[in-house]
This record gives sequence, structure tokens and C-alpha cells, in this order.
Amino acid sequence: MTPHFLTRSLDRSATIFLMVVAAVGVLLPLSNLLFPAGSVLHVPTYLIALFGKYVCYALLALSIDLIWGYCGILSLGHGAFFALGGYAMGMYLMRQIGSRGVYGNPILPDFMVFLNYKALPWYWHGFDHFWFAALMVLLVPGLLAFAFGWLAFRSRVTGVYLSIITQAMTYALLLAFFRNDFGFGGNNGLTDFKDILGFNVQAQGTRAVLFMLSCLALAVGFLICRAIVTSKLGKVLIAVRDAESRTRFLGYRVESYKLFVFTVSACMAGVAGALYVPQVGIINPGEFAPGNSIEAVIWVAVGGRGTLVGAALGAVVVNYAKTVFTSGPLAPYWLFMLGALFVLVTLLLPKGIVGTFQAWWAPWRAQRMAVPVPGDKDVSAVKPHMAE
Amino acid sequence: METRTTSAMLYLDGVHVSFDGFHAINNLSLTIAPGEMRAIIGPNGAGKTTMMDIITGKTKPDEGDVLFDGSVDLTRLDETQIAELGIGRKFQKPTVFESQTVEDNLLLALNVDHRVRATLFWSESKSESEQIERVLETIRLQDSRGRLAGNLSHGQKQWLEIGMLLAQDPKLLLVDEPVAGMTDVETHQTAELLKEINKQKTVVVVEHDMTFVRELGVRVTCLHEGSVLAEGTLDQVSSNERVIEVYLGR
Repeated sequence: MTPHFLTRSLDRSATIFLMVVAAVGVLLPLSNLLFPAGSVLHVPTYLIALFGKYVCYALLALSIDLIWGYCGILSLGHGAFFALGGYAMGMYLMRQIGSRGVYGNPILPDFMVFLNYKALPWYWHGFDHFWFAALMVLLVPGLLAFAFGWLAFRSRVTGVYLSIITQAMTYALLLAFFRNDFGFGGNNGLTDFKDILGFNVQAQGTRAVLFMLSCLALAVGFLICRAIVTSKLGKVLIAVRDAESRTRFLGYRVESYKLFVFTVSACMAGVAGALYVPQVGIINPGEFAPGNSIEAVIWVAVGGRGTLVGAALGAVVVNYAKTVFTSGPLAPYWLFMLGALFVLVTLLLPKGIVGTFQAWWAPWRAQRMAVPVPGDKDVSAVKPHMAE
Repeated sequence: METRTTSAMLYLDGVHVSFDGFHAINNLSLTIAPGEMRAIIGPNGAGKTTMMDIITGKTKPDEGDVLFDGSVDLTRLDETQIAELGIGRKFQKPTVFESQTVEDNLLLALNVDHRVRATLFWSESKSESEQIERVLETIRLQDSRGRLAGNLSHGQKQWLEIGMLLAQDPKLLLVDEPVAGMTDVETHQTAELLKEINKQKTVVVVEHDMTFVRELGVRVTCLHEGSVLAEGTLDQVSSNERVIEVYLGR
């Protein structure tokens, strides 16, 4: 990648976003590690883990915005790619437990001993190596997305039909992973993790580093998305979103474009899941629940489709609200609030938080920099309208 | 090397298409010579747009031959392949990419490598910007290059779409109702523009506006119920009894 590509993808809001992520990614872990508990500047470890979770969700939201906001592919099954990345990491963490499990079997994880497995299933081989697991974090979601997308996009499944089959996909995986004989711990999933790369996953220092890495992954994911959407390919994606058949008549193979961006997006979701699992300490089939994927789409809608920054912001804001409201007396009503939020955002802020802000900001800024340059792009004056 | 079976640029023979029993195209045969401009007229439902759908690969005919450039069987190809062969299409309702600038619309239409990798690593080149410049000049939208296509007037959108066709640099242009919703001056300018384009390319124009068709001064084909009713000069066609009956009215 050339510096040219960097200057192109880093506009003002992108730079601000990266600076905020960098600041949070450095300052929070440092204040957690350097200041003693009780100091005003100390950020408690539980908050580091909580914020780490938000950052992983933000990366998932980015991956959804890339396909939904820019290419019009509404995936209601992106949680599946997130969970698959999480399982790949969980398998590595399970293998690191070794003989410290309840049953003390050096090879088989506890649930396999309990379920009378005689030997490690073939698909668990290799997961004792971190590099292998890291590769699988990208490959498994990527390959599934490639196969799924190849079939769906080639058959020109679009719109609500595509959304429905993505739901079916994540639901099918949910049912499969629930089964004990599927070999992934069934209902209980994978948990009781001890070490990652030799460091205790519970330790304060490890948590701080995991948080930093999550922020780094978010920044890198953001840059990749920006590079894609600011390239000519990004213009093609928007063309597909707004007028798919017109794009075909210009000679673009629309299904290849969709497949490319869907696969990239699934890999990003997989990385988000892999960073999420060591921070929350468990991965179970619940992560495949169709509701999770729909919730992630709501984050993007709240933050602002097709803005990238908005998707990440929406994930943090909605999840912070979830943390606040599900721990108080309002807890039983959280899902109603989430539903109401989605309806209200759709009706009142169709562009989401960031999209609406940009629409207010643009004319004001244009006024301030009054001198019009002939032939200057006035892209900022009207934000792209979103096809569903 | 495939053998050339016809000297025509576009050759349709015995084409049938039906949708749920409705015969949209019924034994349609039509030949367009290289470098020709042909106007297609006919009442609503005569099959004009369906014919364009067949040529561009959107609809597959049930029967019949559709050959391009003498040898290529278009019925076996999809929209993308047909576009890459060099057949460009302007839609009845102006279809431009509304949330992108005029310049970007033309950039997207340029006849370059359309594969994923090439567009991902694309960077501006001088010849491309010159080409865009020429098209902007031809369609008189130089001053609107930075405007969003969605903010253009109806007539400007029609012109932008014709500009996209030019940028695409096809051998054959299919132009569906280019002057719908245009003022008289714009209609006149569009006729001039199409005549200019026809100096290098083969053009098929579907239009209802008789003044415009007369101004083009080309051979006319009148379609009715999915087949050719009459063909000839505008005067010959418009004096045809059947054409007057089903289309022009008395």
C-alpha cells in the first residue's frame, strides 16, 4: 500500500477517529497499570474488560457497515462469523489448559472426558499452536462467507431474501453447536481458560494488553475499510447499492464485488470474535443466536450507516446503554427499549447519529469556508441516501 | 475463429418471449447494419423495452437467434459479458448513480478493466481524466462535474446517462427514450448529439417523440404486439394504414 492510499483514506473524521482509538487504547491500560487502586486516575480492571468487549463489538459493527452501508448487503447473520472466530480462539485457549483441567487429562479438554471421547477429534488438531488458531480465526469465517456468498450472490439473492438466509445460516450453526456430539462443548461451550501465549488470561497485565490489541485491531480494521471505500472499488460498491442492474450494464461483475467485500467483512468479524473470547472468558452457542446479529445491525443503524465511524460509535453507545440498563431495575425492559430505540432511530434519525451530525455540520462548514472553488466537489453538501 | 454468419451489427431472427402466457415478443426479426442509426417506435406494450432487455441479456428469449457483430450469440451471455462486448444501454427512466458526483458517474462508466483487483488498486491516470473531460464537454456538464448526480435536473440526468454511454465507448448504443421530459431546445440538442455519436457508432433509439424522430432523419421500425409492423423512412411508415390505426391515430 502506498502513501497515496493513506492520504486518500484519511480525511478529517477518519483522523480524529484513529486518534481517539489510539488515545483510549494507550491511556486506559496505562492508568490501570500505573496508578494504584483507589487513585482518582485508576481505571479498574473490570472496566478494562468491559471496554475491551465494546471495542470488539465496534469492530463487528464496522464489518457490518462495510457491507450494509456501502454495498447494501443487509446480513442478519454476521454474529455467526464473530462466533466462529471466537470458537477458533476458544479452541486454542482450551488446548492451553493442558492437564490443569478438572479431570487432569493432558490432551482432552474437560468436556470431552466427560462425554467419553477417546481421542481428540481431527478438527481439534493444530489448535495447540497459536499461529494455527490465528490463521483459522481468519480462514474459517472467510471460507464460510466465500462459499455462502458465492452461492447466494451468483443466484442473485438480494434484499430481504438474503437477510433471511443469513439468519437461517446463523440459526443452523446455533443448533449444530448446541449438540454435544458436534465436538465444541455443546450447550456449555468453551470456558475455564487459563493461559494465552503463556500469560494468565485473568491477570491485570494480560487484560491491559488484550485491550490494547483490540484497539489496534479496530484501528487496522477501520483503515482497511477506509482504504476499500475510498478506492474506485468503493465507488463501485455504492453504485451496486444504489442501482445494481445499472452497474451490471456497465460491465461490472456485481457478484464478484459483493463476494469480495462480504468475505473481507466476515474475516474482520472473525478477528473481533477472537479478541472478544479471552476478554469475556467464555464462548458458547448463544453467540450464534439470531438476535445477536440483529442487535449488531441496530448498533450500525443507530450510529449511522455508511459512515464507518458511526458504526463503531453506535456499538459503544448502545452497549454502554445495555450495560447501564440491564443492571438496574429496568433490566426486564431492556429488549423493549432496544426495539423502541431502533424504531425511533429509523423514524427520526434515518442517517443515525453520525450521519445526522454530518448533515448539520456540512452547510455550516461550507458557510464558514465561504469562498467557493469552481469545480470543487460538493460531496459533503448532501450525504448519500441509503438504499436498504 | 468463429464464422461470420451475417454482416449485420445486430441480427434478431424469429425471437419469441412470453411472460406467463403473454407474448411480449412474437416472431421478431430485425437487422441493424454497422454504422446505422435506427429509430424504433410503437405503442406502449409493443415490446420495445423487452427487445432491449433481450439484447442486453436481462431477459432470455424462449426461441430465436440474437447475434451481435455477425458471430456472437447474445442469448448465451449475461449482462456483464454483453456490456464488455461493447453494447451500451441508456434506460427509459434516467438511471445514474444519484449519490455520486457527475465525474464519478463517468469514471465508473469508462471502458477499462472492470475486475475487482483492478478497481481496488486503481489510481487516476491522465488519459482517463482527459476522456472524462471530453465527455463532460460533449454533454455540457463541465460546470456540474462536482455536483451529485441526484441533484441534477431531469434533462441533465438524461445527458449524463448518454455521457456514461459515451465513456463506455461501446460499438452499439441502445438508447431508450432519450428526450422524455426534455424541453424543445434540449430535444433538439439531443438529436444533434446522437447524430454526432452516430458518425462513429451504431445506434438504436426508442422514442415516442415524432418531432425528434423526424429530426434524426433515419430509418424507422414500428413495433406492434411484439413484432415488426412496418419499416422504412418516417414518411413511409407514418403513411402505413396499420401504423396509423394502432399507433399514430387518425
